[in-house]
Amino acid sequence: MRASILRSPSPLPGFGLSFGIMMTVLSIVVLLPIGALLGRGLMIGPGDLWGMVNSRRIWAALSLSFRAALIASLFNLVFGLILAWVLVRYRFWGRRFIDAAVDLPVVLPTAVAGISLTAIYAPNGVFGQALAPFGIKVAYTELGIWMALIFIGLPFVVRTVQPVIEEIDREVEEVSATLGAQRAYTLRRVVLPTLTPALLTGFALALARSVGEYGSVIFIAGNIPNLTEIAPLLIVIRLEEYNYNAAAAIGIAMLLISFTMLLAINVIQIWSRRRIGLV
Amino acid sequence: MSDVVLAQSTPVTTEPRLTRHILIGAVLVLIMVLLFAPLIAVFAEALAKGWMASVGSLASPDARSAIRLTLTVAAIAVPLNAVFGVAAAWAITKFDFRGKAFLITLIDLPFSVSPVVAGLCLVLLCGANSSLGAWLIAHDVKIVFAFPGIVLATMFVTFPFVARELIPVMVEQGRAEEEAALTLGASGWRAFFTVTLPNVRWALLYGVLLCNARAMGEFGAVAVISGKIRGETTTMPIMIEMLYNEYLSVAAFSLAAVLAFLALVTLTLKSLLEWRHADLLAATRRH
Repeated sequence: MRASILRSPSPLPGFGLSFGIMMTVLSIVVLLPIGALLGRGLMIGPGDLWGMVNSRRIWAALSLSFRAALIASLFNLVFGLILAWVLVRYRFWGRRFIDAAVDLPVVLPTAVAGISLTAIYAPNGVFGQALAPFGIKVAYTELGIWMALIFIGLPFVVRTVQPVIEEIDREVEEVSATLGAQRAYTLRRVVLPTLTPALLTGFALALARSVGEYGSVIFIAGNIPNLTEIAPLLIVIRLEEYNYNAAAAIGIAMLLISFTMLLAINVIQIWSRRRIGLV
Repeated sequence: MSDVVLAQSTPVTTEPRLTRHILIGAVLVLIMVLLFAPLIAVFAEALAKGWMASVGSLASPDARSAIRLTLTVAAIAVPLNAVFGVAAAWAITKFDFRGKAFLITLIDLPFSVSPVVAGLCLVLLCGANSSLGAWLIAHDVKIVFAFPGIVLATMFVTFPFVARELIPVMVEQGRAEEEAALTLGASGWRAFFTVTLPNVRWALLYGVLLCNARAMGEFGAVAVISGKIRGETTTMPIMIEMLYNEYLSVAAFSLAAVLAFLALVTLTLKSLLEWRHADLLAATRRH
């Protein structure tokens, strides 16, 4: 097995064992289950699959999941950039604390985030009460879904952009200034282009995560069909009705979105490696 | 221009003072609203009716069995993923073979698949109306709506954590040290345990830490595969949902507070690792 797979010989042992463990676990945990979903799709057939997905309720759910994820990720793109910049470039009291706290959404279970966001933004919650006089309702509306997805996606752009900002050579900025550029012009024309690949990667990662997000959203969303019902919830509903084929149809649609996203991330990284040698 | 004037003016590589203060202020306010408010709310809601009510709800049989199940699932899923991560990192970084990039993409796949879709995949693979499911039923093996399904679902969603952390570190370290150990007569295992493992121990710990946090908090995938059988397949996050939907707010938030506290511990350990061993963690983080 070793000689047939390896492209060049290595003096180190353990290829068969480590490769074997890797492929076995990968197959059992990831590939077989995904294969089962795709296989079910093939069994149903593309025509019937399309028929099952092509209903108003499912389109509403899919487009809501995508739209809310897009809006939240765009917010996180801008805020993440500012946050990363402030954390790397400025010195202020509590900086390290804020830096550590950025990863809170990664470690806080989504269901916990979901119920606590609902508690805050519900009509009788702290923020809910404060926003009520302005006629703004967050919980049980699409706005609530945005808030949940902003929370979930917050760390991605920060964490991909931060290392790149740390590596920027300040001399380049000095040169730009000596050549007569205003600070804003330097930021826009010199700094921003170096950050673009990392920004796009972080944005795509946040988007991929938010499109499929379930735990933090279902509590705050209200889950009204056609209005605030996200696609993953629709899968859960179909499964609870034991309608496996309909669940599989929505699942395949979501899987296609995931694959597209993954492809986009890879393309961005290849492009950025060619362009400036950074990932 | 004299030196005095230079020292007083803003350096050319930073923004004007006012801009800096506005940006820092905006960031602090948004972090308070977006991150800290929900965190504080968990503890505030848990203690809404006092310590006794909160602690009392955690002592209920349902809460206790949920805590036990979550710990058991993590105790199985996390070590398995750690073994996978180490094996994958060894195979990928110490050897050169075709299709490596594609393999890494496959390992990363669970990051971009919705947890609910992950659960759905497992139900379709092992459920009663699949061929594997029929075989499993014939041999009296329960996966869907049972403990093994929860472990599989948890492994799926936490799959890339350890491998993703180890691979960049091991790429950077190369294989010269292991080769030296082998030349000096060490066996492969000895080279692994005395050279490789000590070199990546902090990165491994880092990956395991994040893997564990996600494993204990996983909701979507487990919600689909567990069947939510009270006292049997209800992990802590599932129990939180049930209690919340039954309007048992204090009980739901008390259980949530336990998980939030665990998240804070994880965050603290993770930050300590980043501050003390930054150079030994994945290259994409701090330098």
